[in-house]
Amino acid sequence: MIKTDILIIGAGPVGLFTVFEAGLLKLRCHLIDALPIPGGQLAEIYPKKPIYDIPGYPSVLAGDLVKNLEEQIAPFEPTYTLGERAETIEKLEDGSFVVTTSKGTKHNAPVVAIAGGLGSFEPRKPPIKEIVDYEDKGVEYIIREPNFYKDKKIIIAGGGDSALDWSIFLTDIAKEVTLVHRRTEFRGALDSVEKVKELVKKGKIKLLTESEVIEIHGKDKVESVTVKNSTEGNKIVEVDHFIPLFGLSPKLGPIANWGLNIEKNAIVVNNATDYSTNIPGIYAIGDVNTYTGKLKLILCGFHEATIMVQSAYKLVNPDAKKLVMKYTTVSGVTGFDGVKKEQKKAVTTKI
Amino acid sequence: MEENTIKVTIIDRAGETHNVDAPTDMNMNVMELVRVYELAPEGTIGICGGMAMCASCQCYIESPELELPEMSLEEEDMLDQAFHVKDNSRLGCQIYLKDELDGLIIELAPESEISE
Repeated sequence: MIKTDILIIGAGPVGLFTVFEAGLLKLRCHLIDALPIPGGQLAEIYPKKPIYDIPGYPSVLAGDLVKNLEEQIAPFEPTYTLGERAETIEKLEDGSFVVTTSKGTKHNAPVVAIAGGLGSFEPRKPPIKEIVDYEDKGVEYIIREPNFYKDKKIIIAGGGDSALDWSIFLTDIAKEVTLVHRRTEFRGALDSVEKVKELVKKGKIKLLTESEVIEIHGKDKVESVTVKNSTEGNKIVEVDHFIPLFGLSPKLGPIANWGLNIEKNAIVVNNATDYSTNIPGIYAIGDVNTYTGKLKLILCGFHEATIMVQSAYKLVNPDAKKLVMKYTTVSGVTGFDGVKKEQKKAVTTKI
Repeated sequence: MEENTIKVTIIDRAGETHNVDAPTDMNMNVMELVRVYELAPEGTIGICGGMAMCASCQCYIESPELELPEMSLEEEDMLDQAFHVKDNSRLGCQIYLKDELDGLIIELAPESEISE
């Protein structure tokens, strides 16, 4: 069981900044995120896009903002459970919560801060009617263990980076790699496209362009798929695995069933006080919450996180004296390793 | 016609038709118009905020006589990754409301399914 003071669900910009504000109050944080890396939307959807409304930054790339936040919170030693989705929550007798992830990892904390953005990122499914019947029977939306495909015949669908990169990577492992793409152009990184071209020439990747998989066949598992070419018509391709890689999309997911007040796909909070939800001890900050006048902006999430941790402090330390807000410029920032960041003392000399 | 306002017809994902007034002086796009009138649930449209990076605002243009802005490479790329794409598919976030689009008719494409 992982124990912490504030359990943050969602390692996007707002979740990350919460670690800083909590750290100033000597509260420790652990973050859970369904993605394998911190950053949320900024990492998954638009890492190379500039953001212009972060105060003090005329322009900052989303990916750089995440990097900076990680550096800023490092003194407060955040810990992570990545690549796992928060599934269930349970309240213990002592008032604390146990959150269990999709892989069964358990976390215990007196305070849960949901900074889940638009939800957890899940793979998008191509609209093939029978696809659900073949999930985990030869259809996989995510490649978890490349060696799983050793000596198998696989067909990958998609035109983005992950489709290209996995096609390249799996040529050395799988028996046969077919890549299906709807167009003739690929939108992936240029060197990946070049590499695929090369492998196609060498006969290591079978490339089917202007095509899509429209049907899946097989008794208890995938045995073949129908590939439709826009000019040549349909053909059957024998395969053991069909791997559609069409990117990820966010979904509120299991959080919606935690007994929280949900309105318009977001968690209703009290913005007049501390961004608390209807369940004492659970807060919601950033894009995942809603209230009158809500704006889904990173800068608003930062504000919400700052207010929220003051309230969380009282829950974690019920007997503590009233908290006095300290300016970092005056007090500096002392990390959990005891290292203090502060302004260098002015040196004075006599004339 | 009221100044700086055009008529747009939106067919929602349930097949219902809505005739709405759309402002042309607010730098607004079709995705935002759908959200303002709440014709698709929050979280199911405009997920990327309008950067042509998610295709959640894909729509079919049902008024072929109107001349739309040309498709950018980004939009083309994104539609290429999307499902339910037809010849008249566009991303709503890339179509800005302008006077010459009076009478625009769009139908929202189905929401793409997400694995559990």
